[in-house]
Parts: sequence; structure tokens; C-alpha cells
Amino acid sequence: MPIEIRVTVNGEAKVFRVMPGERLSEVLRREGYVSVKVGCSTGDCGTCTVLVDGEPIVSCLMLAAQADGTEITTTEGLAPPRALHPLQEAFLDEGAVQCGFCTPGMLLAAKALLDRNPSPTEAEIRKALAGTLCRCTGYENPVRAVRRAAERMREGGE
Amino acid sequence: MSRKHHHVIGKDIRKVDGRQLVTGAPAFTTDFPEKGMLIGKILGSPEAHARIRSIDTSGARAIPGVHVVLTHENVRGGAPWSEARPDLFPRVAYTRAGQDYVEPSPWDFFLLDSKVRHVGDRVAAVAAESEEIALEALSKIRVEYETLPAVFTPEEAMRPGAPVVHDEPEIVRAEDSARNLCASVDVTLGDPAAGFAEADAIVEEVYRLQRVQHAQMELHAAIARLDNEGRLIVICTTQVPFHTRRQIAQALGLSIGRVRVIKPRIGGGFGGKQEMMIEDLCSALALASGRPVRLELSRYEDMNAARSRHSMAIRLKTGAKKDGMLTAIEMTALVDAGAYGSHSPTVPTNTGNKNLPRYRCRNVRYAFDAYYTNLPPTGAMRGYGTPQGTFALECHMDEVAEKLGMDPVEFRLKATVREGDADELSPHIYEVKKENVPEDERIVWRFNSCGLQDCIRKGADAIGWAEKRRAHDAWNAKNTRIKRGIGMATASQGSGVAGIDTAGATIKLNEDGSVALYVGAVDVGSGGDTVIAQIVAETLGIEVADVTVFASDTDITPFDSGAYASSTTYVSGGAALRAAEEVRAEILGAAAEMLGVPSGELRLEERRIAPEGGKGVSLRDVATFLAYQKKVQVEKTVTHVSPVSPPPFAAQFADLEVDVETGRVRVVDFVTAVDAGTILNPNLAEGQVHGAVSMGIGYALSEELLFDAKGRPRSRGFLDYKILKATGMPRLRTIFVETYEPSGPFGVKAVAEIPTNGPAPAIGNALRQALGVRLRDLPFTPEKVLRAIGKL
Repeated sequence: MPIEIRVTVNGEAKVFRVMPGERLSEVLRREGYVSVKVGCSTGDCGTCTVLVDGEPIVSCLMLAAQADGTEITTTEGLAPPRALHPLQEAFLDEGAVQCGFCTPGMLLAAKALLDRNPSPTEAEIRKALAGTLCRCTGYENPVRAVRRAAERMREGGE
Repeated sequence: MSRKHHHVIGKDIRKVDGRQLVTGAPAFTTDFPEKGMLIGKILGSPEAHARIRSIDTSGARAIPGVHVVLTHENVRGGAPWSEARPDLFPRVAYTRAGQDYVEPSPWDFFLLDSKVRHVGDRVAAVAAESEEIALEALSKIRVEYETLPAVFTPEEAMRPGAPVVHDEPEIVRAEDSARNLCASVDVTLGDPAAGFAEADAIVEEVYRLQRVQHAQMELHAAIARLDNEGRLIVICTTQVPFHTRRQIAQALGLSIGRVRVIKPRIGGGFGGKQEMMIEDLCSALALASGRPVRLELSRYEDMNAARSRHSMAIRLKTGAKKDGMLTAIEMTALVDAGAYGSHSPTVPTNTGNKNLPRYRCRNVRYAFDAYYTNLPPTGAMRGYGTPQGTFALECHMDEVAEKLGMDPVEFRLKATVREGDADELSPHIYEVKKENVPEDERIVWRFNSCGLQDCIRKGADAIGWAEKRRAHDAWNAKNTRIKRGIGMATASQGSGVAGIDTAGATIKLNEDGSVALYVGAVDVGSGGDTVIAQIVAETLGIEVADVTVFASDTDITPFDSGAYASSTTYVSGGAALRAAEEVRAEILGAAAEMLGVPSGELRLEERRIAPEGGKGVSLRDVATFLAYQKKVQVEKTVTHVSPVSPPPFAAQFADLEVDVETGRVRVVDFVTAVDAGTILNPNLAEGQVHGAVSMGIGYALSEELLFDAKGRPRSRGFLDYKILKATGMPRLRTIFVETYEPSGPFGVKAVAEIPTNGPAPAIGNALRQALGVRLRDLPFTPEKVLRAIGKL
């Protein structure tokens, strides 16, 4: 029997009909939020990371039903239409995107970090990104990009 | 050709496909679901080697929502697929290795077969209304297996009377399938016996390499459908769209013209997608059901039933003079091909010929035997056989240096090749097999660009070789628990497959001077589309933003062999350069007409055509003139093949610490100095180095696919197959030692694969200093480290 859940996705109120066993990652993809990538379905790779009430979670390990009443951010919601978030700009500038499959998860993990810590150390950035596996970049340029975005956001905020 | 000022080449241009990737827009195969799409699933064999005695699919077919169940019973006879019997396919032997026709890989695979040859091998496939229904259907298929004795190592496979993995009569091009021998090469140059006789020192050792896996983040996936005219359209995660189109047609008995393969963005490939892993079966499900079908592997299937890096045992014997000059090298490799021979003739070929030519030595023998086993097939993976050889040879050369009492850096500077040196081995592995090549019949390639000596020197300086070597010895004498070591390795690779890799590029001039670029090349995430656009923009005096890249669609873009062998920038870029030069000639011709100046005196720069110091005309005006006055659509297509494969070179250095109580190795600093010719886009090139190094460090320390005694996978996913995380990476430093390769567009060579070769031997050589013992088996797990020092 389908269940109705009420969630806010990227600032928009939504009602989704979901099956009791359905994962949040599946439902979000079905509803068109294809930035949510699925690389393992066992919670190990982190490509399906989304923010639920501001916290990064692997959406393949959360039942959609559990998300009822929450606020969800996916990469589609990082910036207004036609604009890019400083993290997105920095990822492009620093060559931090290769295949791009893990990029949405990494961007959201980085956003969660910068939301609570605008001046992270390199170790803190690495720790925040450690939940997202990337086979392309060796993490070097993504770490550099997060640092660069943090700098730009601090300057922009002054 | 000399270097000149470039406006786009050598700049950190943003990726042309970057925006869609950072915004999470639909870009990858499974982001494009079709209306009415069914979900396909594969039933994998639980047995490593068995005949299917009977298979009952009635229970699966009875489930509402199940549209198609295919087994080997649907694959019989020789008739091509037809609409009259849409669930019947011909029994045809083919290979899934994405190589030029005729593939060197044996044709030893069938769409579905009555024999299974590894755990996870295809038994049946279903297409159903949902994933749940498809999985339920798989659970209802009753299979009775006749278990056959199995072989899990080349040593077992080569024994007289061993079970035969491939006893089917249809097999084509395997070396000797009755003996499980998939492929074999034996080439000798010069006289190794004489070389050993004149040596002052001889070293002989065996090095062992494990199986590892690509672990690209995007799983293998395909969506197949029929268009309104009944043509088969396949969108898929492939590095080789044109080979995949041909192989789908071959497997199903369709004409190539009835198949269209579309490559969207690819979420990493690393060679694993140089393989038609599932496109044949997904297409069969779509043809049989008449509905769009999505087939996607799970991570478990991707890791264990797709492809992996060939495991090998490599024996090396080297003779050297006291001064470090080499008198003979003999390298022989015993190779595990797994259950099907995808890439098994060519991957081990590279193990020798992408490594041995790096050393100056006149007497060389390279031989390998690749055996079929009942483990999952090995295949193409970044480096394509080279990392195995680099690990063996570079650990070995450190051992030679040690025996000669020479410093490893000093020894490499003495023994390795320089610009202008000959490569006599590589051309001959393609040309002849099992023959001694007489001196006067040798084909010789020359290293027309080689910065290896500079790479060694600059890398050694950057890591602080001499000081650290001394300081670590002093530290190790004083400290009992944490030991330190520094090590190095040299590396080489190729730039495309010489004389084989083919790339087409089409450039269409718009009436405002911007262009559309159509390439069959596949950007697997490396930034290939971007650097090819840079080559075109530079040549036409326009910006990268003026170039729209279409890649790749077998209906629309010209042919390209695909993204492998580090070929994209060198070969596909070469095609784009030549097409751009032809478009430029048209533009200059029209401008000459407009200006009344001979076209030979005109230059095209910054969207403007003018004679030196004279009055000019804008590119926009020329393009408009061509379109509306001359009524010409300027469109040029060029096909490019390179007769040579110039090697990039590298020297890589690892500085590390080992905890001798836990056996844990921590790489602290890693330097790569690489000669990849001209660097077109430093940011993207550096990214290639970082990714390749991280893969190489994983190979050295933590990655290994394991199987139990019955051939069942023990690496179920990322929980027990450990690739590096952001917190586990050392400091990575890259030095580009730029040379100019005359055969490459703007002087480029390849960069994508080579940096994955050196980390394992550099780490092995550093461990020798840290521990005082030599480890020759990868990976260097804590357990192996503790065993090596007698603590376990």
C-alpha cells in the first residue's frame, strides 16, 4: 500500500506517494531529482548524499517514509535557476569535476560543512568529503575547491 | 614546428560539460528513463564451472508484470534475429572486448550459453515492470547444474588433464583452448644468453600482482528501445560506442545500420567500459519484449561479474655491468585471463612492451602465457597491463642497483632511455610472434620526445631524495616502531594504439564564425571533449565557448575507436586539429577573396583575418560571406590514425612511514614528474595524475578482489574492497616536464594512464629502505608487512 509523505525539497512543498520499502534515493530520482546518483545502494559510496534537515545522509539507506516532514536539499537546489553556488563555481575553476558522478554528493557534503564551519582546515574538509568516494580525482582538486569556495564565501559575506 | 604563443592551449579552461555535472542535470544513462520502460535483471551463476542440465522458467513467466525471460534455450541456430520470433537469437561466438575489428581477443562468448564458466556468469535474463518483480522472477527460475571441476589459477589451468574452460567448437582465435591457453607471445631481440654471459651481476626474482577492479562510481547501465521504424537505439555507459554497435549487431544478427548507440556523459570507465558488458543482453530483452528496457548492474555484479585487472606472476632476470649498463633482460609473465579472453592477448603484451623499452638494453626477451580460469574475466583497466610490468621491473631495477651498489636515482639516470633512442621491442610484438627478430629485419621506433632524465632529476629534487635517503637511515637506526622509507620508480606508456586507433572529427562552420564539432571520441570524465575543443579553438582563432562539442552518437558523429590506450587527446585531438586546419584554409581562402590579398599572407587570430600589419576582416564577416554570398556550408571531416604511439615518461617518488607493530603503511608525500609532451590544460592534466596516483596507491596498499575456494567472490562492495578516501590520501605533487612530441597535436602525448604505473613500485622500493626487507607481492597489506619482518 502506498504511503503519502510530505516533504520540502529545495524549498518547495511536495507530496510523494511512496511504497513502504522504497528508499529515499529511488523516490527522489523517480520524482526527477536525478542529481541523486546511486553507486552502490549499500551506503558505502556516498554518491546519493542529500541534506535532510541540513545534515548529509546517504539517501539509499533512508526509507522514503522516514523522510516524512523533513526538509531535503539536493544539488538541484544548491543555487537558484541559472545561477551557480560558490562551491559549484569553485569545483569548475579548480578542475575538481572529472566524470561528475560523485560531484553532487560531494557538493552537498561540502555545503553541510561550510554551513556550520565557514573556515575549515584541510583536515576538516577531508573528513567532510570522506563519506563520498571518488575514483577520478584523488580528492586533491575537490579539497582545493572547497577551500577556495570557503574563501570566496567569507569574502562575499563581508 | 616551434612553440608559439597560444591563446587557449596550455590554459586552465573549464570543462565544456562542467555545468551540467555540477548542477546535477540529467547527464548519465539512467538519468534518461523511457516511457513504459521495463527493468532488466540477470541471473548469475552460483557455480564456477557447470553445465546447465535443465532450466525451468515457468514460475518466473507466470508472475504478473514479467514480460520476457531469456535463457540459452532462446539462443540457438544460426538465423539472425527477426520480428517473426522476437525471443529467438542466433548462437554466435563473439568477444565483448571493445577493440577494432577483427578484435585480437578470442571469440569465446555467447549471448547466453548452456555452460557457465565463472560465478556470476549469465544464466538467464528477465525484463519486468519493476525491479521488485524482476528480482522475484529471478528467484523463481529453477536451474539444475551439473557441476564441473574448476581451475582457479594459471598453474591449475596449465596442468595436463586440467578441466577445459572452453570446450565449445565455435571458439575462434584462442591460442590453444584444449590446454586452457588463451594467448601467448614470445619475442627475443638480440642474444640474451650472450648478454647474461658478459654481465658482472645477475638478479632474478618473481613478482606477484593481485586482481583489482575499476570501481568507477557509475555502474554499467544501458537503456535499449526500438524506434518507430523498428531500429534499435541503445544509450549506454560505454567507452567504445562504435565497437559496441558492431558487437551488438554481431551478437544478435542485425545489420550495423539498424543499430544506433548513444553515449551520454560517462561516470568513469578506466577500461571497464571498453567492453560490451550488458548492451547485447539489454538489446535482446528490448527486441524480445518490444518495450524499452533498462539493464543496470548492481555494485556486487559490477565488482565481481564485470572486468578486473589481470593478476600475474612475473619473473625477471637482468644482467648488468658494474657501471650500471644492462647486458640482458628476460621477462616472462604467467597471466590469469579469467573465464573469457577479453583483452588477454593485448593486455599482457603491454606488460612487456610498455616497460622494457624504457631501459637501454640490446638483448631482451619478453614472453607471456595467459590461461583461462574459472574466475571472472579480466580485461582492460587503466594502464592496460603496464602497471603489472612496471611494478615488477621497477622493484627489480632497484634490486639490480642494490647489487651493483648504486643509488636508485643514479642507476636510473644511467640505464634509462633518452631522446632519439630506439624502441625495437614494441613494434615487433605487434608484427611477429614467437620469433627471434634478426638485426636487419628489425623495425625501429624512435623516442622523438623523451623527458625521462629531467623527470628523474626534477622529481628527486622535489621530494628531497638525497637528504631524505640519509635522514631516513638515521631515523630508522634510532626509532624502533615507526620506520621511514623513500622510493622511486620510472614509468612509460603509449599514446593510442599505433596504426590501429582511428578517430574521425567533423567541424561545421556557423555563419557567425562559431563551430559545431562532431567527434566519435568518448570523454569518460577525463576532460577529452574540453581539450579537443581547445585544439579546435586554438587553430581557428576562436574561444572554447565558440565550439559546441557533440560526442558521441553512432548515427551522427564520425567513427572513433573509442576512449582507451590514452588515445583521446593524441589521436582524436589529431583528427580535430586536421579538420580545423581544413576549415581554416576555407576561411582564409574566402578572406583572401574579400580582401584581395593572397591567402598565404593571411593570419587568423582572435576572430580576425588579416595580413601581417595590414587591414583585415572579422571572422564573423568571412563566415557570413561564405554562408550567404558563396552559399557554402563549410564542413570538414578528417579521419586520423597515428603510425606511432609515442610514450609519455614519468618518474614517481613515494615517501612513507610504516608502523612495524601494526604493519600499516602510510604514504606521506608523493611526487609525480611526468613528460606528457605539451600540456593542453594543466588543471585537467593534473587531475588525471591525481586520480591515476590514487588508483596506484590503492593497488599498492589496499585493493584486492578475493575469491573463496569455490570461486565465489569475497569482495561484496566498497565495505570490503577498499579504495582510498579523502582522508587516506597523501600530499600529491605534480611536475610537468614538457617536451614537444612532433607527431601529436600541438606537441601532446598522453597523460591519463601513465601515473598509475609508478606508485606501487615506488612504495615497494620505499618499504625496502624502511623495513630492510624486499616485498615482492602486492598488495602490501599490514599482514604481509608483518610477515615480511617476521612478526606474524
